[in-house]
Amino acid sequence: MNTDSEHLGVRGLKVAYGDFVLMRDVSFSIRRGDIFVIMGGSGCGKSTLLKVLVGLKSPAEGQVLYEGQSLWQADAGARRDMLRKTGMLYQSGALWSSLSLAENVALPLEQYTSLNKKEIRELAEFKLALVGLAGFADFYPSEISGGMRKRAGLARAMALDPEILFFDEPSAGLDPVSAYLLDELILEIRESLDATVVLVTHELPSIFAIGTNSIFLDVSRRTMTASGNPKTLLNTSDDPALIRFLTRGQGHVQEVR
Amino acid sequence: MARVDLQHDGAGRCVIVFQGRWTLHDTVPSVGKLALRLESDCRGGAVSFSCAGLTAWDSRFLTFCRSVLETLEGRGIAYDTSGLPDGVLRLLSLAAQVPEREGAAVSRKSPLSARMGEALHAAFAGTISVMEFIGDVTLSVLRMCIGRAVFRWSDTFALLRFCGAQSLPIVSLISMLAGLIFAFVGAVQLKMFGAEIYVASLVGIAMLRVMGAVMTAIIVSGRVGAAFAAELGTMQVNEEIDAFSTFGISPLDFLVLPRMLALVLMMPLLCVYANLMGIVGGAAVGWLMLDINLHQYFNMTWQTVSLTHFGVGIAHSVVFGFVVAVCSCYMGIHCGRSASAVGKATTSAVVSSIVSIVVATAVITFLCNILGI
Repeated sequence: MNTDSEHLGVRGLKVAYGDFVLMRDVSFSIRRGDIFVIMGGSGCGKSTLLKVLVGLKSPAEGQVLYEGQSLWQADAGARRDMLRKTGMLYQSGALWSSLSLAENVALPLEQYTSLNKKEIRELAEFKLALVGLAGFADFYPSEISGGMRKRAGLARAMALDPEILFFDEPSAGLDPVSAYLLDELILEIRESLDATVVLVTHELPSIFAIGTNSIFLDVSRRTMTASGNPKTLLNTSDDPALIRFLTRGQGHVQEVR
Repeated sequence: MARVDLQHDGAGRCVIVFQGRWTLHDTVPSVGKLALRLESDCRGGAVSFSCAGLTAWDSRFLTFCRSVLETLEGRGIAYDTSGLPDGVLRLLSLAAQVPEREGAAVSRKSPLSARMGEALHAAFAGTISVMEFIGDVTLSVLRMCIGRAVFRWSDTFALLRFCGAQSLPIVSLISMLAGLIFAFVGAVQLKMFGAEIYVASLVGIAMLRVMGAVMTAIIVSGRVGAAFAAELGTMQVNEEIDAFSTFGISPLDFLVLPRMLALVLMMPLLCVYANLMGIVGGAAVGWLMLDINLHQYFNMTWQTVSLTHFGVGIAHSVVFGFVVAVCSCYMGIHCGRSASAVGKATTSAVVSSIVSIVVATAVITFLCNILGI
């Protein structure tokens, strides 16, 4: 795995809702194999930035580059090809409620591969087993718990063995043990799929446990004010907003291992 | 009882004196009067507070104090808050800690002309958006024709059943009652001329030509259209529609196309069934009230109605199926991301469907008139 090359880049991004500018001058680079964390307080636009990265919302200005190729300047076909190499886990799981878990995982496979039904079913069951949901293939999203829905969403996000996995607040609403297990799962999947992971979260334990690189979006300044390894940022940054964020508002640094 | 007074201390400085209970359950004085007195009596001197007579306070007192402090600041009058209770000072400081976000406060009041302009702009943008949606759905249908649309036939069959077979009980009831009402109203008039037998013609032509299709479309828009809008709206809230887009699967192909097919295919069949039920309702009135023999009644109906009437009714129902599908799916797909938005989308789907049905009926009737059908 070449860890030096840029996998996903953002240059001079400005995101707005009508006249309201949510963020501006956002630029960063995600290397292949990174676990990249987009940090920031509530309302700073983390999830919106993720939507821009996965092609759901167009930016007012700036570029999103997948391996050097601009996502928003590409034609529809090229954009689809770029996004086909990505997988996304939504905050709520966003499982298709009318389909069983196996069907949720199988649908992208049916769309983009020429495998037969039996092979697709086997793959779907395997992906579900990877996230600890063996035996739940024929359950519907309404029949399982919130944590299981997230894991099923992760299985679906991994259906096409993506090169980049996006996570929108994966630990939100989970108890500490489930959140820890999900972090471990993300690490394992990153290792086994050789994938780059982009994570939007404000869960400090997750940020310090798995983040290798990060940016901080400052809600009051409406731009990114820091970038780097989260632990390094905690020990070296003199940005009061970032330090308050990384220390749960205490404002002084305790050692993070 | 809450009281506030403006007094002067020995040094001639203004003191705002609070007395009594200042809670949400008490009547409190207005800030306006105090502000006027502050303006006239205290200009140039510092203002302090006295709360010795204050017996109880809650957030009502806080908002009053905040307004007084804003007034003092606004008029450039110096003040000393040390006389206020500690709890009040702490809470006021907490409320002021995070400054108001720049650009977050949007003026809710704008002039009438601006509001009218915005409404016109929104209506224009909405029309363009509906046209785009119809264009996208047309492309989706074309993709289906060449076998490139991603959707599941099993979903389509389930939707056909939902729109068709499961609508039969309510369509039976309403159509039979509609036929019955036509016959009853017609009978009262026709009896005066001894022309009761023409009740069969009245009911037959009215049901087959337009009323069967209209009644069916209104029932379907309430039963099926509302369900489609609510279902798609909930999927929007749960980010399920975003999830389709991130996998490169068109939500129009997977979600809208089967619903469109189900409504366009089932509406004419339901219309034929509604026509029959309407005629049966009319026959019941003819037989029970007008003493018309059932054989005579159906014979008269058969002689009066033509294939043209039947065809016009079917054409109505195909158009209505399309209209209801477009209105309900458009509202569902363009739903906001909150629970109230789903309710609004559902209501809008039903209202816009019914309005569109009436407009489409007027247009088709006008066209038939021009074409002499």
